Amino acid sequence: MLDACGVSSPEDLFSHLPEAVRLGRPLNLAPGVSEYEIVDYFRDRAAENANGYASFLGAGVYHHYRPVLVDTVVSRGEFLTSYTPYQAEIAQGTLTTIFEFQTMICQLTGMDVANASMYDGSTAVPEAAMMAVRATGKGRVLIAKSVHPEYREVLRTYARNQGMPVEEFGYVPEAGTIDLEDLDRKIDGLTGAVIVQSPNFFGIVDRVKAAAEIAHRAGALLVVLFTEAVSLGILEPAAGADIVAGELQSFAISPCYGGPYAGIIATREKFLRQVPGRLVGQTTDSRGNRAFCLTLATREQHIRREKATSNICTNQALIALMATVFMTVYGKQGLRELAEQNLAKAHYLASKLRPRFCGKFFNEFVVKVEGKTPDEMNKALLKKKIIGGLPLGRFYPELADSMLLCATEMSRRADMDAVAEVLA
Amino acid sequence: MPITKVRPHLSPNESLLFERSSPGKKAYQLPELDVPAVDAADALGADNVRAEIDGFPEVSEVEAIRHFTRLSTWNYAIDYGMYPLGSCTMKYNPRINELVARTEGLAWAHPYQPEALAQGSMEVMARVEAALAEITGMDAVTLQPAAGAHGELTGILLIRALLEKRGNPRKKILIPDSAHGTNPATAAIAGYAVENIKSSETGVLDVGALEHLVTGDVAALMVTNPNTLGVFEENIIRVAEILHAKGAMLYMDGANMNALVGIARPGDFGVDVMHLNLHKTFSTPHGGGGPGAGPVAVKKVLEPFLPTPRLKRSGKRWTYDYKRKQSIGRVKAYYGNFGVLVRALAYILAHGGPGLRNATVDAVLNAVYIRKGLEPYYDLPYRAPNMHEVVFSDERQAKLGVRTGDIAKRLIDYGFHPYTVSFPLIVHGALMIEPTETEGKREIDQFIDAMISIAKEAETDPQMVKGAPYGTRTSKVDEVTAARKPVLRWKP
Repeated sequence: MLDACGVSSPEDLFSHLPEAVRLGRPLNLAPGVSEYEIVDYFRDRAAENANGYASFLGAGVYHHYRPVLVDTVVSRGEFLTSYTPYQAEIAQGTLTTIFEFQTMICQLTGMDVANASMYDGSTAVPEAAMMAVRATGKGRVLIAKSVHPEYREVLRTYARNQGMPVEEFGYVPEAGTIDLEDLDRKIDGLTGAVIVQSPNFFGIVDRVKAAAEIAHRAGALLVVLFTEAVSLGILEPAAGADIVAGELQSFAISPCYGGPYAGIIATREKFLRQVPGRLVGQTTDSRGNRAFCLTLATREQHIRREKATSNICTNQALIALMATVFMTVYGKQGLRELAEQNLAKAHYLASKLRPRFCGKFFNEFVVKVEGKTPDEMNKALLKKKIIGGLPLGRFYPELADSMLLCATEMSRRADMDAVAEVLA
Repeated sequence: MPITKVRPHLSPNESLLFERSSPGKKAYQLPELDVPAVDAADALGADNVRAEIDGFPEVSEVEAIRHFTRLSTWNYAIDYGMYPLGSCTMKYNPRINELVARTEGLAWAHPYQPEALAQGSMEVMARVEAALAEITGMDAVTLQPAAGAHGELTGILLIRALLEKRGNPRKKILIPDSAHGTNPATAAIAGYAVENIKSSETGVLDVGALEHLVTGDVAALMVTNPNTLGVFEENIIRVAEILHAKGAMLYMDGANMNALVGIARPGDFGVDVMHLNLHKTFSTPHGGGGPGAGPVAVKKVLEPFLPTPRLKRSGKRWTYDYKRKQSIGRVKAYYGNFGVLVRALAYILAHGGPGLRNATVDAVLNAVYIRKGLEPYYDLPYRAPNMHEVVFSDERQAKLGVRTGDIAKRLIDYGFHPYTVSFPLIVHGALMIEPTETEGKREIDQFIDAMISIAKEAETDPQMVKGAPYGTRTSKVDEVTAARKPVLRWKP
């Protein structure tokens, strides 16, 4: 090959690089190691993490069972090692699964269209906000304090340089639901988007319909977020939402210390042209058979460049496929039953404690800790091999005496009893 | 020349999940509840409880696995063969990466578990940061961005934050006409105007022109190096000097880093901030379009602005530093696409320093070999030495009515995934080919033979080439109707 290339050594391939740019030494990285040593290295690291603990953490990332079929499917090289399906003739596998994904997300959210997925729930928030701002031509964004705190931080980072002032509105201290009066006070004719989450960060089913009325009266769009996708198996889709954005981690995506996950954006037909990211559409091939392809690319960066609806390039195809397999395995009955088990477990745990808020909740709730700080309580739980709830002081100084607890279908009764014993 | 790499094969039909559902079928089993059941209407309020999810799938486990397995066979994949998409770096995805990413203590780690019980994850991230800093020659790395375009946005926001602190964020970003579309889209989201700059006749940045363009209004130049022609920007040090002299920054899109690892480091040639695509250079799977990871590496001057939190060593432990007043804030919840970082680190460990450099050498050798093999048959508009990829144009074939898109589709019949079509935009009718180090001589020779054969077919039977592909289960797909009358979901 060197002869064919007209060089005598591989080094000659780089002879056109100016001397000054070349690294005149080997990289300061150890030589390569064997497969076995790599397995060993990561096993050792895993051993330094929590192992064998029961966990009651939720707060946007949930411990749900992952059906075996999920990894079986996503481990197939045809899905794992293919690229974005630009060449439709040899990518019908990926394209068909994305079309099924889009359909199921519409069925779940009650929306007309859904995209092929976003990076995650947190980045779906600014994308949804930008969408609403484009659709309304109004730049101001109001977001509920009961939205995941890290999602709000991401929104602020994106919004800062786009003439998109972001303001927050509060929650009712007794119920944990959004403060509708505060929203009503803060909304004005310049507001393009109102963003709420349900179940909200405190686990409470929020007052989406009332928020929609206020938003629409002012000519703003309502964006409804979710972080716990399993709740969609039992909760009525957000009434009055113009855009639904959310995180699918609960659908068989490993917690994996924060990612990779997959987010969604779904909306009504009339906002279709404002949707960011990939969309798969149905069409036919030249023999008249049903076929699928990426479509409406004129919204996207590789065509529109600086005028695109977003700078997002890919979706999270393989992760969205995990969610697609999960939705298929559980299906119509299973997702409902799974949601009911979550509801039952969380309400069992709550029955032994006193939830701080009186709002209705799904599988997470806030408790006020008596006598000790949440951190001290968690230390006591760790001794029993239990990771307790998320102390809320870091995000909500007014809730420094409280923690957010989550129970899922994987929470065992004995562990819940142990939590109750320590906390009660 | 006969097609030798492939021949026809049974390909099962399969309907959509919704069409093969029948009421009552299921593929799951939940354990018996060990707590009392709860009435949903009581617990959630009757108004909040949904009716049955209309149209949701109802299939058995066997039907589910057959469904997805059948669909999978409709895809081409790296595991089938060469995937020469230029600028996409479709290299082999080692399966050891997949195995270690599923190690239980890592895959099941919750982002909010106590730091004392997450030291293993934090050590992994610290090791990735250190390795990427060494590879790029930069001073600090954030792992938070979820993808390349997300890394770009992070990088430009960092530049903006630094310039703001210096008193003026400035107004525009310069972007070469050969750049990826994400570059201008990113600049716009970061609040900058975009000024496109023309490449020189040799396909690199025109230093003379640049000197005039860099004014006090320019925040940065976004450059891909080697650029999308696969050509190293030979004046890059001078380019950096011009920018720095005017108080502007040099951003590098690291999409083509597979040409440089172990050979040259952006930090050594004047780059201030750059992103990496771990799903390209560092072998994590593309997965049909994600997930990726787009870490951003910076020089010291930009470090204070990196997203929160930052990993910090405190005695013998890792901890997070959330108190960073100058930070641009978060670009994503939690700490980044950790699972992708694990895979990239497995790749780095497996190769080690010398192995990473060898991979670069092989990637460049493969691309140069393809150039030599195809030069007699395809027009090469830019003749500068190429690195990991080579860009031809369809000029000769276009005269016969055969365009780059037609050649690409015909390549499918020969058993290969097409190259990147019609990009970069500065080459009319571009064929952008990147073999990566993955391919051996045998596969590459077959590819070259296929391309030569198509060039001959274009001369003898152009209509035939234009009708390709013929060997696929799905023939030419009508993308125009898809966009004109969008059907984006199944309906009964």
